[in-house]
Amino acid sequence: MSITSSSRAKTIQAQGFFSTWMDGNKRKLGKWTLITLVVSYVAFLILTPIIALAVGAFERGIGASLSSLNEPGVLRAFWNTLWISLIVVIIHTIFGTVVAWVFVRHRFPGRNLINGLVDMPFAVSPVVVGYMLLLLFGRNGMLAPMLEALGIRVAFAMPGIVMATLFVTLPFMIRELIPVLEAFDTRQEQAAATLGAGSWQTFWRVTFPALRWGMIYGVTLTFARALGEFGAVLVIGGGVQGHTETATLFIYRALDERQYIGAYSAALALGLFSLVLVLGSDWLRRRRR
Amino acid sequence: MNLQTSITPATNKYNPPFAWDTWGVRFVALSYLMLLLIIPLLVILQDGLKEGPIELWRQVTLPMAWHALRLTLWTAAVMTVLNTVMGTLTAFVLVRYSFPGKTILNGIIDLPLAIPTLVTGVMLVILFGPQETLGAWLKEQFDFSVIFAPTGIILALLFITFPFVVRSVQPVLMELDRTQEHAAATLGAGGWTIFRRIILPPLTLPVITGALLSFARAIGEFGSIVIVAGNIPFVSQTAAVYVFGEVESENRLGASAVSIVMVAIAFSMLMFADYLRRRSKKGNS
Repeated sequence: MSITSSSRAKTIQAQGFFSTWMDGNKRKLGKWTLITLVVSYVAFLILTPIIALAVGAFERGIGASLSSLNEPGVLRAFWNTLWISLIVVIIHTIFGTVVAWVFVRHRFPGRNLINGLVDMPFAVSPVVVGYMLLLLFGRNGMLAPMLEALGIRVAFAMPGIVMATLFVTLPFMIRELIPVLEAFDTRQEQAAATLGAGSWQTFWRVTFPALRWGMIYGVTLTFARALGEFGAVLVIGGGVQGHTETATLFIYRALDERQYIGAYSAALALGLFSLVLVLGSDWLRRRRR
Repeated sequence: MNLQTSITPATNKYNPPFAWDTWGVRFVALSYLMLLLIIPLLVILQDGLKEGPIELWRQVTLPMAWHALRLTLWTAAVMTVLNTVMGTLTAFVLVRYSFPGKTILNGIIDLPLAIPTLVTGVMLVILFGPQETLGAWLKEQFDFSVIFAPTGIILALLFITFPFVVRSVQPVLMELDRTQEHAAATLGAGGWTIFRRIILPPLTLPVITGALLSFARAIGEFGSIVIVAGNIPFVSQTAAVYVFGEVESENRLGASAVSIVMVAIAFSMLMFADYLRRRSKKGNS
């Protein structure tokens, strides 16, 4: 009790001095200048473009935007994007968990270097990613003879697009799971093992529930990134209309062909979809706390 | 998005109570990374160096490639400076002040992470495109164009990388012990002196990390730039767009050479950021 009151007295004393170095009005002025500066910067940089997109998409009315999206080619492109993203999310959820597990629980030479490399997809240009896959799987690629013998097409086909998206989205699940696994108290696993649980049972009953929320967030980030991938998919997939065209490639083609309403509406739809995903999981996460 | 990415060194030498083979799990994890990440990166290295480093240098210094690389570097540098200043200020305002709409502002910071970069490009074209009202007005009044010009590139990069510095500085600023500031004030230090001598030093590492991440991300950006700046050699063609053009025209040497330079820049930035993060973690514990 005495300790708290003395520390409170000290705070009051410090605050007394604190206000002398800048009198109250001046401090308030500084505060509101900074707030105005930051808010107008964010409004100009981030909000204005978003509003412009909504205005541009609905220029000819909501009906025109909706009918521009309701065409077989456009629906096909969105459908492609959706299932490619789903496959990518499933693969990364499984293998990302294994990788995060190995990084946190195992010690081996080269661990720091590989850990640094995991972030590479974040910084490597998507065009370069597509190009790397072309060098491997393209017409004159290193693996071309083998693929031809097996009759598999990777470049300018769906497998190539899935691989490009896998590369680009690699870090998200791993980076979400590593801190969760690090914070996880392994004594819980030991307790479960002591009580006779097998390794699978321990994982599903003890470790997995602890990882669940990190996983959900990893899934949304991976999904949102996969939905929006453009450069890598353009290079490896070629954007063949009605075949390897994804939602982003459709937007690019529509802009090129000056179908502005279609391009803007598709961009708005895609942007809204990933926004809802990310903000939704953010909201879930905050509500949980 | 989680920016604190380095993993802590071994603290507990504890073996999980799992009967499954440790080596099996490790093998699966490492071969997954090998197939997906390391082999593609090595392939591009091998392809670019196939004709020797002199040929690589010649390809990189071809006028068009050289201009594209220089444009990429200077627009990224301008963006990084602006983003570092505004990002640090934004983090400061979010942590230190309370005002109406603060939660909304905090939420808006993350929007660029959720919006596909191609869509960002479309947004800027709608806002500043030559046929659009604002774009036409700027062109007429000031002869100033954003689209198909470096300004558009910088704007797109600022939009995309805005969260990086903010989210890197914010947690550190939150944990700062404010008694030091009070002590400095008691000793007669002014507001600016307190900011420079007390608040700024612990923020240096997170600010630099955020700046490095922004820069690395900007070097490779394609989706928004190809929409905003187009593909005009010697004017608005960045390195990524140049590589795209060379891939399309099947000039393998040129594409590989510039790709290697881009990968090397990205790699060194990330490694430096990782090193700084590990150093700061050691300093704290």
